[in-house]
Amino acid sequence: MTGFRLPSGGQIDRSQPLSFQFDGTAMTGYSGDTLASALLANGVRTVGRSFKYHRRRGIVGAGVEDAGALVTVGTAGRSVPNLKPATVPLYEGLVATPVNVWPSLEMDVRALHQWIAPLLPAGFYNKTFTWPSWHLFEGAIRRAAGFGTAPSAPDPDRYAKAHLSVDVAIVGAGPAGLTAALALATSGVSVVVIDANPRPGGSLALTDPAWAREASATLSRAGVRVLTNSTAFGLYDHGLLGVVEQCAPPGAELSAGRVRERLWLIRAARCLLAPGLIERPLVFANNDRPGVMLAQAVRRYLTVYGVAPAQRWVIATVGDEGHRCAVDLLAAGLDVAAIVDHRAAVTSPAVAAATAAGIPIEWQARLTATLGRRGVEGARIALASGSTRTVACTGVAVHGGWSPTVHLYSQAGGRLAWDDARAAFVPSTPVARVETAFGWSVGEACAAGAAAAARVAQAFQRSTVAVALPTAPPADAPLQPLWEASGAEASAFVDLLSDVTARDIRLAAQENYVSVEHLKRYTTTGMAPDQGKTSNLPALALMAAATDRTIPEVGTTRFRPPFEPISLGVLAHSRRGALLAPSLTLPLAREHLGLGAEMEEYGRWQRPALYPRRGERREETLVREVLAVRNGVGVFDASPLGKIELTGPDAARLLDFISVQTLSTLPVGRVRYHVMLTETGTVLDDGVCARLGPEHFLLSPSSAMASTVATLLDELLQCDFPAWRCLATAVTQGWAVLTLTGPNALALLSALGTDLPLSTLPHMSIATGRVAGLPARVARVSFTGEASYEIAVPSTAAQTLWHAIWAAGTVFDLQPIGLESVLVLRLEKGYLIHGVDTDGETTPDDLGYGGGIARKASDFIGRRSLLRPEQRRSGRRQLVGLTPEDGVTVLPAGGHVLLDDGTPPSDGWVTSSAYSPTLARPVAIGLVADGRARMGARCQIADGDRRIPARIAALCAWDPEGRRLHG
Amino acid sequence: MKPPLLASRIEATMHLIPCPYCGPRAEWEFQWGGEAHRPRPDLSADDATWAQYLFERRNTRGPALERWVHRYGCGQWFHLVRDTVSHEVLAVYGVEDRPPDLVVEPTP
Repeated sequence: MTGFRLPSGGQIDRSQPLSFQFDGTAMTGYSGDTLASALLANGVRTVGRSFKYHRRRGIVGAGVEDAGALVTVGTAGRSVPNLKPATVPLYEGLVATPVNVWPSLEMDVRALHQWIAPLLPAGFYNKTFTWPSWHLFEGAIRRAAGFGTAPSAPDPDRYAKAHLSVDVAIVGAGPAGLTAALALATSGVSVVVIDANPRPGGSLALTDPAWAREASATLSRAGVRVLTNSTAFGLYDHGLLGVVEQCAPPGAELSAGRVRERLWLIRAARCLLAPGLIERPLVFANNDRPGVMLAQAVRRYLTVYGVAPAQRWVIATVGDEGHRCAVDLLAAGLDVAAIVDHRAAVTSPAVAAATAAGIPIEWQARLTATLGRRGVEGARIALASGSTRTVACTGVAVHGGWSPTVHLYSQAGGRLAWDDARAAFVPSTPVARVETAFGWSVGEACAAGAAAAARVAQAFQRSTVAVALPTAPPADAPLQPLWEASGAEASAFVDLLSDVTARDIRLAAQENYVSVEHLKRYTTTGMAPDQGKTSNLPALALMAAATDRTIPEVGTTRFRPPFEPISLGVLAHSRRGALLAPSLTLPLAREHLGLGAEMEEYGRWQRPALYPRRGERREETLVREVLAVRNGVGVFDASPLGKIELTGPDAARLLDFISVQTLSTLPVGRVRYHVMLTETGTVLDDGVCARLGPEHFLLSPSSAMASTVATLLDELLQCDFPAWRCLATAVTQGWAVLTLTGPNALALLSALGTDLPLSTLPHMSIATGRVAGLPARVARVSFTGEASYEIAVPSTAAQTLWHAIWAAGTVFDLQPIGLESVLVLRLEKGYLIHGVDTDGETTPDDLGYGGGIARKASDFIGRRSLLRPEQRRSGRRQLVGLTPEDGVTVLPAGGHVLLDDGTPPSDGWVTSSAYSPTLARPVAIGLVADGRARMGARCQIADGDRRIPARIAALCAWDPEGRRLHG
Repeated sequence: MKPPLLASRIEATMHLIPCPYCGPRAEWEFQWGGEAHRPRPDLSADDATWAQYLFERRNTRGPALERWVHRYGCGQWFHLVRDTVSHEVLAVYGVEDRPPDLVVEPTP
């Protein structure tokens, strides 16, 4: 007989039935159930199929240790794959589906894997599918072996993130954690308690739930925050604790405004780890058959959920927990056929209770196998006498001892020590900012919690209060570990979620994967969502036995985050869609859109790319905008251009130190083009520098490099030249810049109304005054090759300037110019763009700016490096123009330049290329080996297998004399 | 060279750094500035000396002297002694100060 709901008992609310669906079947549970308890109550035994062999698996545990079967909960965008049923709270309308089944749970075709299991040992895939290539087989293998399915639609829900800074974070609200929290509650230190379950208490649910309820009430009165449904998944450096709070159950629909999960980043001065113990399973043949469960999990289903997972039980144990389980089963009206205890007869209160209840106990016996088809129907027992007995049963409860939950302690760098008496790895070395508290019984746990709280309080020079402790069951008799009851058959599982068997461990040993790190990777034990919770120690023990070592000699791996699987949604939280990488918005963004601008992102800024007219193709827009600048006047938004103001008596000295050019000789009111280098002598950025006053400069780095340059200036002034009197201030976003460019730019600027001496303002100069009634700086510099005036006004005045320009511009047929057109205009002129036409190896000489360096008196960043042999060798790639021989083919940007006979190696590449509306032919520039010395030489441009004949040409294709700039 | 987007730094970093001006702050507010106390040779340095300055670092195991800037905070640069094994911050001191006594600077 399968599981059923007991007529009474449990901590569920039987007045609130909940309907849910599993594998297409409607079922009912109660408020307070988990999916696991509700499935058991509905008689479900097979919950899923296993990872590799597609064997039937059922519910094994009652919490994070539930390594039996994984399910998908929810549908479409809300579906969450690979959940442990025991960690999913039941809710009205829950939809759960088994994973890894095809075509159905009951009729799984791939279940035949288990019949060829002897052929699928650890390492099978990498050994077998090597010829001709693993990738030939990979797809099919991954489909057969994968777990779960990714959601079919985008996640519709919100996730959040919160930061919390506290004195003490207590992980685990069981007896140890609650005692510690109560002891610290009124001590004056701030405390947060984190627990994965909906209700605090941990194992107190079995022994003294009233005390746990009272404790949480006391804590809330004292103002201690208790985060329930919250899993601490990682303990990182400097006391940073990562916690995921499940605000709504997986798959459930959310009411408006609610979030599904919250990522807590908790910075705790002290972490008190009290996560409790995890019960270990036993290794025997067919120990994965549905109906085999952990003994304390069985007690939890009886006591907390009022569920009987089966009617007739056999208990296999190495300690007293099995006896307690037997007594609880009997008390619930169920049958216990036998307790199979590995120990020689012991006396203890738990054993006495089982004996008094009349339960047959087989001492020094082992459960060696389960029998049955769809679930447990019997158990085979090896008796002390040496004979074997088969017992009919529908449930098997196993207890293989306890392992302290050491994951977070180990993540934080703690080393584990072997406790032989308890057969467990326990925390040993102290870890900065971390206290651990665990005990082998409720009483020991409370004492450990109180002691850890006292150590924490001492660190804050506070004291704890005495805590009235919960009822503690009497202490257990010692256990005797049993690592393998029978492992000869292929079906004795060590890691249920990864389908790793005792044989796989022995195979690893035989193939010399004896290091614990190799063992883990070769067999994949402990790598599934179990994360070694139940599988770790049996695997280590079997490896120890196979290699004649002790378990501590085999050692253990260092645990890594996360403790439990966490969703990608909560890691991304609000950072998705437009918030993934927010872009910067121009002050005039709305105005650009009003003119029909197509916005694109350039170096984090959303800028107008083009202003297409109705029915216009992209190329037509480009031609129209470019010709408008060449023949009339255009306006473009140059606001993102970097702006750093330097003031002070040492400003000129600082500029000389960061620039290839000598900027200290720049007259007031003039502008100079300059290049900055890295210390290795390559180009960091280029731009212009204006002198506004004797001790006042305005530096304009490219928009992409503005913040890098500002940080560099700050570092130099603060760290390297602290005595220099200079202030560097980044003011990029403080100014809006509109550039008028074209033959009619001067006329338009005059029409705007200005007090600037326009007629005497030469190319490469700057003046401060008023334009259209606004305070403005006007710089006459050009990136288009036409006379250009950059009008900078405070950002708040951007709209006023914009409207004034358009009001005055109509008579000049003013046109808005997008950045794509500006990029063509500059290419016609051969003006480079840093990072496009230069790379991490380009020196100033490669760009043709090497000439004046020898005349500069002072040192500057990168100067010494220019003297290195590499920077002075011949054959360096230099920036030159490139034109196709046929006069019509637009050269492919990125295409390699092949000199001579057109065969590799490459002699360089095309960096920028476009059709030039002005010249009515293609133009391109590129980096070519010894390019300047090869002016006019023939070359071929590689475009895949195609070769395009071309010639090396002058960098500047339009107005090389620069007459239009000065015009 | 280019600092990553602020948003992407927020969970990728985990240390608590004591800014001498603002107090302990999360690491994502800061930017690492490399090894501290590296005098820059002048133009007369030979190729070997200059190459050493450009490319060689101590790569300390243990207490390392570093420059940091509280970039998304007060903007101040400072020196920090960080144990590269334990990640503990051992000391902070000003940009113009010499390292505290607790650090024995190994010869490069």
